[in-house]
Amino acid sequence: MSTNLKLNQNNLSRRKFIGILFLSFCLLGVLVAMMGLISLLIQVILQGYEWVTPNLIFNYPSRHPEQAGLWSALIGTLYMMGLTALITVPVGIGAAIYLEEYAPKNWITSFIEINTSNLAGVPSIVYGLLGLSIFVYFLKLERSILAGSLTMSLLILPVLILASREAIKAVPTAHREAAFALGGDKWQVVKMAVLPTAFPGILTGVILALSRAIGEAAPMVAITALVYITFVPVTPMDRFTVMPIQIFNWVSRPQDEFRGLAAGGIIILLLLLLSMNSIAVILRNKFQKRSEE
Amino acid sequence: MTINNEQNQSKDILKVKDLSFYYGDFQALKDISLDIEANKVTALIGPSGCGKSTLLRCFNRMNDLYPNSKVQGQIIFDDLDIYSQSIDPVLIRSKVGMVFQKPNPFPKSIYDNVAFGLRINGFAGNYDEEIERALVQSALWDEVKDRLKDNAFSLSGGQQQRLCIARALAIRPDVILLDEPTSALDPIATVKIEDLVNVLKKDYTIIIVTHNMQQAARVSDKTAFLLSGEDRCGVLIEYDYTQNIFSNPKMKQTEDYITGRFS
Repeated sequence: MSTNLKLNQNNLSRRKFIGILFLSFCLLGVLVAMMGLISLLIQVILQGYEWVTPNLIFNYPSRHPEQAGLWSALIGTLYMMGLTALITVPVGIGAAIYLEEYAPKNWITSFIEINTSNLAGVPSIVYGLLGLSIFVYFLKLERSILAGSLTMSLLILPVLILASREAIKAVPTAHREAAFALGGDKWQVVKMAVLPTAFPGILTGVILALSRAIGEAAPMVAITALVYITFVPVTPMDRFTVMPIQIFNWVSRPQDEFRGLAAGGIIILLLLLLSMNSIAVILRNKFQKRSEE
Repeated sequence: MTINNEQNQSKDILKVKDLSFYYGDFQALKDISLDIEANKVTALIGPSGCGKSTLLRCFNRMNDLYPNSKVQGQIIFDDLDIYSQSIDPVLIRSKVGMVFQKPNPFPKSIYDNVAFGLRINGFAGNYDEEIERALVQSALWDEVKDRLKDNAFSLSGGQQQRLCIARALAIRPDVILLDEPTSALDPIATVKIEDLVNVLKKDYTIIIVTHNMQQAARVSDKTAFLLSGEDRCGVLIEYDYTQNIFSNPKMKQTEDYITGRFS
């Protein structure tokens, strides 16, 4: 009996050791990932913190680094994101609802499903070139905010559709059945039983999709043609620039000061991104708590 | 509230005639015929897979939600065949309510759960009154009257199931279908639901599916025993007053099942 117990103890310490080994490996993974991010952050902040001034935010771009700012790019980014959201949110959620709730399950829908996932992985420059040929040249929208927003919408639609479909799929069948059993028709069931429960997930999808769009430079290189914009866009047909493009422009200048400016611009862009993601997390927690209490 | 029928005067509210049901090529029910008496509790019993839940779901056309399902025969409700072309299943379901196996309240407040059916059906009267009536009828009012704005998930399992009953009662159906309503509940909560069924039959016709024979014996006036053969297709073996089914069954299969010789 006692030898048996001893044997078990030996075995236990070995199992514990393997457990610790596994944990260390996982921690190492986290560390490596975090190190990359942290070193990037430290470098950007060290290089750019002196340049984060009201000038950087409220001034137009300039040949003189001490006067140069992001104003036109910041407004351009916000304008384009607003327009992109207006286009993407209804189309993306509508497509997700159709595919999950209405579409018959056959080879056409599985074909669409596979292709939505594939589209989410297409390099963004491809969307830029597609937008350039369709919106800028074919539809003659010129290099306008509208053309940029439509291109960005194409880019993030697959992401949003995937996220919304997952959120809708996660709504328990029991909720749908309960609503049907109370005499609801399809539309009422979707509106009153499915969408409220899926809402936090859809919202997360929207914000994640928009934060992907906000940092994309490649498609905007194709659409804006890297021009130097020193005015704030007013109508959707105005030419524009966005923050990643302005930063890209500064980085490619020979003078050292512009690299500092670029780092400052990255800090502003990161702050914007961070605040968007925080809003997403706060909203999601708020709505989830309401539905899980 | 529905006016009570004269005692002893039986009236059939639902008439099932030669009903067969198919999931695609698979026949789940074969030539079922039975009449459901108004203001009585009818229990559907039988071993798992005998089609008792499928039969229950025929009464409010919930089976329509499965693709490729097919129905032959008739169910007459109010002199109308609910499976005729001109009848919209949505209308049937506001007259024939349903409570499911697992309590399935919406992630909303207690109040909004009961109001759900009223809103769907465009009720324009006094919501507070109707919701209080439904909660009183489902014997939940005293427990929740001070916390109607709380989330339904804050209730216990038994309370949630009574909330689901209140939700079904709110739209004043004629018939209530209960699909193994206590199988996910503890014994005390089960007793409360069974007591409730006894009270509710004054105003509603109740059809209950149960895998628990004692429950059928306790709550029901009539019992239908279904069984599936080798082809897994359910048929009605015997349908009679509950007392007769349990004390004096006519069919050997019924007797075997009642006495636990197979399950």
